[in-house]
Amino acid sequence: MRKLIATLFVLALALAGGQADAKEWKKIRIGVEGAYPPFSSIKPDGTLEGFDIDIAWALCKQMGAECDLVSQDWDGMIPALLARKYDAIIASMSITPERKEKVAFTRKYYNTPAKFARRKGSGIEITAAGLKGKTVAVQRATTHDNFITAEFGDTVKIKRYATQDEAYLDAAAGRIDVLLADSMAMLDGFLNTDTGKDFEFVGPGYSDPKYFGEGAGIAIRKNNADLVEQFNAAIDAIRADGTYKKINDKYFDFDVYGEPTS
Amino acid sequence: MDLSIVIENLPLYLQGLWLTVQLVVMALFFGMLLAIPIALLRTSKNPLVYGIPWAYIYFFRGTPLLVQLFMIYHGLGQFEVVQKSFLWPFLKEAYWCALLAFALNTAAYTAEILRGAIEQTAFGEVEAARACGMSRALMFRRIILPSAFRRALPAYGNEVIFMLHGSAIASVVTLVDLLGAGRIVNSRHFAPYESYLTAGLFYLGLTFLIVWGFKMWERRWHAHLRPRET
Repeated sequence: MRKLIATLFVLALALAGGQADAKEWKKIRIGVEGAYPPFSSIKPDGTLEGFDIDIAWALCKQMGAECDLVSQDWDGMIPALLARKYDAIIASMSITPERKEKVAFTRKYYNTPAKFARRKGSGIEITAAGLKGKTVAVQRATTHDNFITAEFGDTVKIKRYATQDEAYLDAAAGRIDVLLADSMAMLDGFLNTDTGKDFEFVGPGYSDPKYFGEGAGIAIRKNNADLVEQFNAAIDAIRADGTYKKINDKYFDFDVYGEPTS
Repeated sequence: MDLSIVIENLPLYLQGLWLTVQLVVMALFFGMLLAIPIALLRTSKNPLVYGIPWAYIYFFRGTPLLVQLFMIYHGLGQFEVVQKSFLWPFLKEAYWCALLAFALNTAAYTAEILRGAIEQTAFGEVEAARACGMSRALMFRRIILPSAFRRALPAYGNEVIFMLHGSAIASVVTLVDLLGAGRIVNSRHFAPYESYLTAGLFYLGLTFLIVWGFKMWERRWHAHLRPRET
């Protein structure tokens, strides 16, 4: 009996140790957001849905890994990754130089431009003069926040929200003149809904890599280069075998992947 | 620890500090204005008079400050009537919503502190006032309220500190107060430890000032209770 226990103990140690060193990740915890439709949102029954969520499950299936989705507030997304609360972030996170200082990124898995939306009939133009004194809503700590702060920070009143949904609510309540957000998120999450019926797109799409990065990628701790490779391979595989297109078509009527990466 | 993050963002923190101080001072001022009449009505023996103040105090002490702020900021904004009314220019601004929530909240706690102090008035003092032929109003003004304020002072000092700390929730409705500044810094640098610790240190500093201020105040108002200095 004692020998059996000892054997089991050694075996357990070996397995545990083996897993930590393994080249291939079989168990992955993924951080997602949940307040960013149509990319991620929480259904009335409490489960997660959206493009990010479907992509996450598809990638896990492709890698043959057992995944656990953890929802986390946007503000704490990267700190929680670094604190090992999960191993990867699939939350429409743009690949930017500032974030790259803290975490590693996979290749992009989609890239859509940012756009402004204004209250219908307000006639606001997206210029320094047109935006002067206007209240602009962005989600805090996003590429949109960085862009508006750097380009128009002196002239506009910036309201920063913890989630994109809160910005939509305040816009509907009449507290906001202009919103800046990802064009697809804003179209399906706001403009095409009852909440956003008084708002419309204005101005061009913005995708300057200086602010908006190279698109949305999967963030991973820097010391897990093997996991980055594993995700990159999986992204290529679901792009190639049509899984990506199937998920894409469920939410959008064009390919959100954008320009193919070289 | 990366101190350069803190130094680089010091102006943001100072801006946040100023907003926090503004909100707390104004909330306490308006809260006190409200609390005195509420406390007086609350001490009445007539259910018709003390009913409403009782319900007010019960509601604002019985629900979290965050819920009250959400009800005012998000809740009122939902109704078209409110959006069309003359109050909207105020309720539209997160600043006034937060101030309103804080003032109403601290008024309830302060009223309850004052009520306790008023009810503890030594009956001999009341009898003496009556024997001198004071009217009720004069008795409240000269005898009951001054001694009630004295007795309420230590408990009120606590309430001021709670209000300061409660004011941190202003940051959830887009206001950049001390905690709001901390949240922005955290989101820019992904350094939660440095950003929140700095905000925390500012709160500590403010609390120190409040504690010290109340100590001085108590020295003055409770001078008759101190042993005579030799």
